[in-house]
Amino acid sequence: MIWETVRLSLRSIRRNVLRSFLTLLGIVIGVAAVIAMLTIGSGTTEKVKADISKLGSNLLVVRSGRPAGPGGPGGLDQVVRPLAEKDLAALVAHLTGARAISPASQKQVRVIFGTESLTSGVTGTDSAYLDARDWKLVSGRPFSDSETRSGTGVCLIGETVRQQFFGAGDPEGEIIRVNRTSCKIIGLLEPKGYTGFGQDQDNVVLMPLHAYQRRIAGNRDIDNIYIAADDRTPTSELQPRVEDILRDARRITPERESDFAIRDMTQIADAMASATTTMTGMLGAVAGVSLLVGGIGIMNIMLVSVTERTREIGIRLAIGAHEKHILIQFLVEATVLSLLGGIIGILIGLALAGLASVTLTIPFVPSPAVILLAVGFSALIGMVFGFFPALRGARLDPIDALRHE
Amino acid sequence: MAAGATLITFDKVWKSYGQGEAKVHALAGVDLAIRRGEFVAIMGPSGSGKSTAMNIIGCLDTPTAGTYSFMGIDAGRLDRNRRAMLRNLYVGFVFQGYNLLARTTAAENVELPLIYRGVATRERRDLAMQALAEVGLVGREHHTPAELSGGQQQRVAIARAIVTRPTLLVADEPTGNLDTARTHEIMELLTRLNTELGLTIAMVTHEADVARYAERTIRFLDGHVASDSKNLEVA
Repeated sequence: MIWETVRLSLRSIRRNVLRSFLTLLGIVIGVAAVIAMLTIGSGTTEKVKADISKLGSNLLVVRSGRPAGPGGPGGLDQVVRPLAEKDLAALVAHLTGARAISPASQKQVRVIFGTESLTSGVTGTDSAYLDARDWKLVSGRPFSDSETRSGTGVCLIGETVRQQFFGAGDPEGEIIRVNRTSCKIIGLLEPKGYTGFGQDQDNVVLMPLHAYQRRIAGNRDIDNIYIAADDRTPTSELQPRVEDILRDARRITPERESDFAIRDMTQIADAMASATTTMTGMLGAVAGVSLLVGGIGIMNIMLVSVTERTREIGIRLAIGAHEKHILIQFLVEATVLSLLGGIIGILIGLALAGLASVTLTIPFVPSPAVILLAVGFSALIGMVFGFFPALRGARLDPIDALRHE
Repeated sequence: MAAGATLITFDKVWKSYGQGEAKVHALAGVDLAIRRGEFVAIMGPSGSGKSTAMNIIGCLDTPTAGTYSFMGIDAGRLDRNRRAMLRNLYVGFVFQGYNLLARTTAAENVELPLIYRGVATRERRDLAMQALAEVGLVGREHHTPAELSGGQQQRVAIARAIVTRPTLLVADEPTGNLDTARTHEIMELLTRLNTELGLTIAMVTHEADVARYAERTIRFLDGHVASDSKNLEVA
């Protein structure tokens, strides 16, 4: 009986191909938008999470200047006192629960090899940096302690730098010019790709801090201190310890605010992920509105269909159809119609999301739950918006219906 | 089945429309009885109440007052769905305009009442083929109404009406859209169904030539039965 009814409704949909298609369009667009939004959204969330974990999980980053607040970092009432070597030394000496502590100063600098040149992010740091950031070397070796101390002209390069200068060749032992100083390549960093913000994480050059300070920055400042927590210590526990040690080292009296900021990368990761999720939800809700509009379209066309087929309803009723038979017939038709729209919408939505994942280089993560939900929801829309027209058809008086021209 | 037993009784049946001054009595206290196996022609000018009477006979409508009993059942007091069941089980309908479902084959049209009876697909097909054979439409099973002539369409409608083996066939101007030759064929078919299957037929017509095929003619006028007479045997 139900199968019979489904076949009947498919036939009636086929009879009015153009009209059915136009009716479906609302549902198709709605479902496609929801599916595309949610799929792209969860892809973005994945990407953000992955990016943040690339920055290093369980990582605290200290930089000079007041914590970001209403006045903005640094503020106006005090001169920014940069981080210095003694701050780092205090942390190394007193901080417990850290796996790695490393200084880093960064600058965009022109790097030259032969006739080629490239503007690259040059970082002055020490041998603990790779551990703190969870970066790995593909080949070569990290700086030795003596190289760090003496500021020898050696460097590690990222994949982008290698490709620019050496193609697929081995860069080890080559000498590149960074600003006006030269340094010898001793290792190649593992490729990390782009961040979600479009930043190339492989366009980097690492060199010993002292070499950087002396030959590039021209001062003895440290921009950031990276502190990676060990496995047993959550960053939330580590953060106050870092603050205490640094306030002490920088001789900040209790009544004064800290003149440095500690950023917890884990918190940032969570905040960004939840921001993305909220954004996705909102876009999904907006797309959901078009589903509602699609539903109204279905209702409209079903009313037309019932009126158009009044005589048919009359015949069926005369022949012995119950109210429920007519009700079911039109409900099934509305449901099949919107389900069809839902399925087409899902396919289009997934195609759009797939396209977006390629162009935005985010992972393509279609969620079976979302797809099932879309199928269920579009069927529900058909039932809800098809009910009133179907009821209207079922309640027709067979005598009037038969007389209908 | 005891031939001659009463199938249909109207006991002071009234059917009124409208309110107060504008109240119209389509039927004004009609008494009527039709026995099983009868072939009755119902005649009368438009507005005489013949169509209203037919709708009540076919269990499509209910009287405002009085009793309509069908097969001993007080059909006038049944709700919509029970009357639908009654129609499905015992009544077949043939209309002036054929009323076949468009773009649906002859066989599928004939199967329609069986679907609402819940008959299995295969049995449905067989019964439909059989009914189409009875009305002389073998080889036309898969034609749609648009591909059939008026006479053929009415035959399909008759097949649809008899496929459930009803007790009563209600025919509303069955030849109204047909030429003389086709009219004769259809009336021959109805007469044959009446005699061979013992099918009770109630037929509305305004043509005396057509009414002559029936064995009895009831004339309606202003909501009353004006005359009720046996017809002479058709030559």
